[in-house]
Amino acid sequence: MGFDLTPVLPELFLLVAGLVLLVVGVLTREGEAARVVATLSVLALVIGSIIIAASDKSPQLALGGHYVADGFSAFLKILLFVGAALAILLAQGFLHDRRIARFEYSLLVLFSTLGMSMMVSANSFLALYMGLELSALPLYVLAAFDRDNLRSTEAGLKYFVLGALASGMLLYGCSLVYGFAGTLSFDVLADAFGAATAERPPALLPLGAVVGLVFIIAGLAFKLAAVPFHMWTPDVYEGSPTPVTAFLATASKVAAAGLAVRVLMHPFGEWTAQWQQVVVLISIASMLLGAFAAIGQANIKRLMAYSGIGHIGYALVGVAAGSERGVYAVLVYLAIYLVMTLGTFGCILLMRRQGQYVEQISDLAGLSRQRPMAAAALGVFMFSQAGIPPLAGFFGKLLVFLAAVEAGLTWLAVLGVLSSCVAAFYYLRIVKVMYFDEAAEPFDTAVHPAVTGITAITALATLFFIVWPGPLLRAAGAAAAALVR
Amino acid sequence: MQAYLAEYLPILIFLAIAVGLAVVIVAASLLVARQRPDTEKLSAYECGFEPFDDTRGRFDVRFYLVAILFIIFDLEVAFLFPWAVALGDIGLLGFWSMMLFLGVLTVGFVYEWKKGALEWE
Repeated sequence: MGFDLTPVLPELFLLVAGLVLLVVGVLTREGEAARVVATLSVLALVIGSIIIAASDKSPQLALGGHYVADGFSAFLKILLFVGAALAILLAQGFLHDRRIARFEYSLLVLFSTLGMSMMVSANSFLALYMGLELSALPLYVLAAFDRDNLRSTEAGLKYFVLGALASGMLLYGCSLVYGFAGTLSFDVLADAFGAATAERPPALLPLGAVVGLVFIIAGLAFKLAAVPFHMWTPDVYEGSPTPVTAFLATASKVAAAGLAVRVLMHPFGEWTAQWQQVVVLISIASMLLGAFAAIGQANIKRLMAYSGIGHIGYALVGVAAGSERGVYAVLVYLAIYLVMTLGTFGCILLMRRQGQYVEQISDLAGLSRQRPMAAAALGVFMFSQAGIPPLAGFFGKLLVFLAAVEAGLTWLAVLGVLSSCVAAFYYLRIVKVMYFDEAAEPFDTAVHPAVTGITAITALATLFFIVWPGPLLRAAGAAAAALVR
Repeated sequence: MQAYLAEYLPILIFLAIAVGLAVVIVAASLLVARQRPDTEKLSAYECGFEPFDDTRGRFDVRFYLVAILFIIFDLEVAFLFPWAVALGDIGLLGFWSMMLFLGVLTVGFVYEWKKGALEWE
């Protein structure tokens, strides 16, 4: 094993950058600190992505085998770093307008991203838990970042209490699996449970290990905001400052989904039949709740919370397939979801009246006349999330449903298609409000260039994905092949 | 598996005795002792006085801050003692691991100092 730290280089770099920026931020003048630290944090994340892109993609163990760097983790890490960098950029104008521009925001995002990066590289239950907690603790603080706002502190507290509960379930599951296998390492686990060899077929998992696995799935489902562990999502999404919601909805979910895929496919990959039904159940419940519960929402952040629950349901369809095709579909879905969601939150951050941010769906009325480009962008995101071709969201759904059909879960794919038809109703309702309802008051014309830029780029990426899908599909294919060996 | 579980037998016995003893004590006081209920017996007791005010009063958040900062450095010392004793055995890796830990704590210390968390004014 040795003590080679090269595979951990991206994380080490982020850690050192975070510590240095903490001192830089506190030594810089009050008014400057937020801007300086935000710029440097984005730079650190970009350099981190470049390090990963340039690094060796063959599987490499480090830190005593608790950490693995492979093509799968590299793909997800680049997604996470890009998502985090965009979340920092999206936030600057908002935090300034709300008078909560403190440099700690960027640092908390940075440290949380470091935790997520450890999560997707975890190769043992210890590393899994450490990464999960390192990513979650800054998120609790971020949710309560607007600390003089009652809703924001409530969001932080709710997220913290329920997050602690989920951590407890996850740990209990880990301890059960450890009790029955006698090892924490993902590499050894499969052998400990009697994986298939040339001589014999795989043994059944012991009952205790199955119970443990279900607890682990429950803990991860909480992080994913999948039904029935979704209750915190609408309140936390609504209460948190909007850029924090964007970060929660994108990077946090992508990391948890990556972790879930790794745990289910790597140590428990032989026993797909034994965990498939749980994932299928969570997936169906999430798709249906995401589709039906979002219909009655009046606040667009709450609507995005339910929409996110639905999206995780679709992604889990790919996980349930339990094949390389399934993992590939999930990775493509997550990448497209990240881009669409960040763009949608960019549009939400563009909605201001007299310096105040508005978040009701009815406030969108008349957007098309006053801000045609913003309305067009939001329209693209809504059509894409509804899964209407030829936008990017359609291809994500297509791939997960194809993977499910190939795995013999045709009925699950049919349910997915039906629930996405229901979901299309509330996405299209937003388009209707934007284009056909009369505005009450004019929107502010002064906009923050970073928000406009991100919204425009993500909208173009969603719109023209069909023209140039190769790079993403190839990268996801390589990542899936690295995990399922 | 059997031998492995047998190692936990003392814990099972301990649990059984603990639960049994608790049940016996509560049941015995319920059955044997004379029962004379009185509201005074249920009221809050504070060194023989009536309670002065609600226990859930507010206190300055700075006490909380000082307590948290204290715990951080308290833990640092709790780590340093076994490290110092075992330093001969754990070698350079152990030495630098602790230096890294201290470095991270120092960054935190600089931050809290500069933020004014240590000033009571």
